[in-house]
Amino acid sequence: MLAVRGLRHEYAGRTVLTVAEWDVAQGEASLVIGPSGSGKSTLLAILAGLIVPAAGRVSVAGCDLAALGPASRDRFRARHVGLVLQTLHLIGVLSVRDNLRIARRLAGLAEDPAIVDGALAALGIEALASRKASRLSVGEAQRVAIARAVVNRPPLILADEPTAALDDANCQRALALLVDQAAACGATLVVATHDQRVKPHFKRVLEL
Amino acid sequence: MTTLGLAWTYLAARPLLTALHVLLLALGVATIVLLILFTGQTEERLERDAKAVDLVVGAKGSPLQLILSSVLHADVPTGNIPFTAARTLAADPMVLSATPVSLGDSYRGFRIVGTDASFLDLYSARIAKGLPFKGEMEAVLGARVARQSGLAPGATFAGSHGLAAAGGAAHAEHPYRVVGILEPTGSVIDRLVLTPLESVWEVHEGHSPGRAHPTQESREITALLVRYRTPIAAAQLPRRINGTTSLQAASPAYEGARLMKLIGVGVDALRAFALVLMASAALSVFIALISALQERRYDLGLLRLMGARPSRLLALIAAEGMTLVVGGVILGLALGHFAAEGLGRWLVESQAWSVTGLAWDPAELWLCLLVIAFGAATCAIPAILAYRRDPATILLER
Repeated sequence: MLAVRGLRHEYAGRTVLTVAEWDVAQGEASLVIGPSGSGKSTLLAILAGLIVPAAGRVSVAGCDLAALGPASRDRFRARHVGLVLQTLHLIGVLSVRDNLRIARRLAGLAEDPAIVDGALAALGIEALASRKASRLSVGEAQRVAIARAVVNRPPLILADEPTAALDDANCQRALALLVDQAAACGATLVVATHDQRVKPHFKRVLEL
Repeated sequence: MTTLGLAWTYLAARPLLTALHVLLLALGVATIVLLILFTGQTEERLERDAKAVDLVVGAKGSPLQLILSSVLHADVPTGNIPFTAARTLAADPMVLSATPVSLGDSYRGFRIVGTDASFLDLYSARIAKGLPFKGEMEAVLGARVARQSGLAPGATFAGSHGLAAAGGAAHAEHPYRVVGILEPTGSVIDRLVLTPLESVWEVHEGHSPGRAHPTQESREITALLVRYRTPIAAAQLPRRINGTTSLQAASPAYEGARLMKLIGVGVDALRAFALVLMASAALSVFIALISALQERRYDLGLLRLMGARPSRLLALIAAEGMTLVVGGVILGLALGHFAAEGLGRWLVESQAWSVTGLAWDPAELWLCLLVIAFGAATCAIPAILAYRRDPATILLER
């Protein structure tokens, strides 16, 4: 699913990320761990097609991202990548349901209320469907962010520091949800974090 | 969810601010719409009412007042002139027609005009009901007078002394009898009561019981409405009258243009004020969009992360801005027309000026296009900033 070879990226002439070789199979869950500034988020941005690396080759689902133009990378990301961010960014003015609907629309997928409602039900948040995202608690917003990441059934889910602001109990719950949902849709999961509490949940770990 | 739907959701999420931005722009647009309607309709009315008359001859005084009182029926006369002098002028070879006008009384704010049959020809007025006046104390009503008073042929009424809407003492001892009603013309004649000169003389001579019965030579009229026989008369006749007689000659076309110029000073000041309002509104829309960019940097970044093309963000910000602009234009048009109609209803009391909000001026279309184009230019910078936003920063920003 993911194949990284000789990857290097730099900002203003300073190298911030190097990965010699890294592979993740389809449906596998992998952890990228390292201290702040080690290049974890940069790696996720490269895997999402947001940044073109300074050197090396990155293949996602058999597609060389650097070979795609900006528009194609946007389309690729919409269809193939689900994202869960550290601060659980949802669009606050939209309802929970509309946050999921817009993800489907941007991916060019047809409106399907059953799929949206099904994703919410799978995370036990169907009762929140009409509530504005800005009125959710942190725990509720986290579930919605995961539901949005999986609603398009992407082959790759990228999670950036998903447990950074959570206590131990919530950290375990969030990880379990993420891993379960990724497994349920057969997606490859890559979690980037500096949080050592996460490490025991993953067999595959890339240390930066 | 469409881009327009998302833009609307963002605007609806802060209803007060959205309403204030729209209202600010609407006030500017409404002020200019009101000015367009007022100046356009006033100019059109001046032109329409004055086009039948080449020259007005009356008592010395302000030429503009003479035109306003005798042609537009919107001011008090400068005085009276001898009827014999008017008859002499009417016989001048340069004069095609000369219509006498004698003012002094009114009926429910509508002026009673003593004149002769040529007055109807001057305004191409036709009788809708009844007959033209022939004898003393017979009256023909303009269409609006008939509509508002409810008088029909055969009815009688008494005029009031004076030209004000409230009127002075009623001439109850000299009632007029309605013999005809005119078709609507859209000109000043619609709001006049026409009667033979002799009626006016009869009413006012009757008011002075101690005075000797006046002769035709001692009688007076207010003004004479003249049409030229030849174009050269325009150059010679006014100069001759003003230079060699005790009368005053004034050109409705010239005085009308002068009046519009005088009004224009105030109109220009109001227009400048409206432009400042609109510029402030444009600036407020610009600030709103720039703040939106800052406040929603994560939302916009998130949309890009989810696969939105930069052009979609550009469209989103542009749609938000243009919704404010178009909303302001539509509300401004409505407010402008509403204000014009309100002003018209207030002015109708005076019977002098009129403006309606139920009419459309082509200049409004240009105003709308101009404001929308200006609004689009205002939205362009924030929209382009959104277009250029790097989505990777949302992942890398801490």
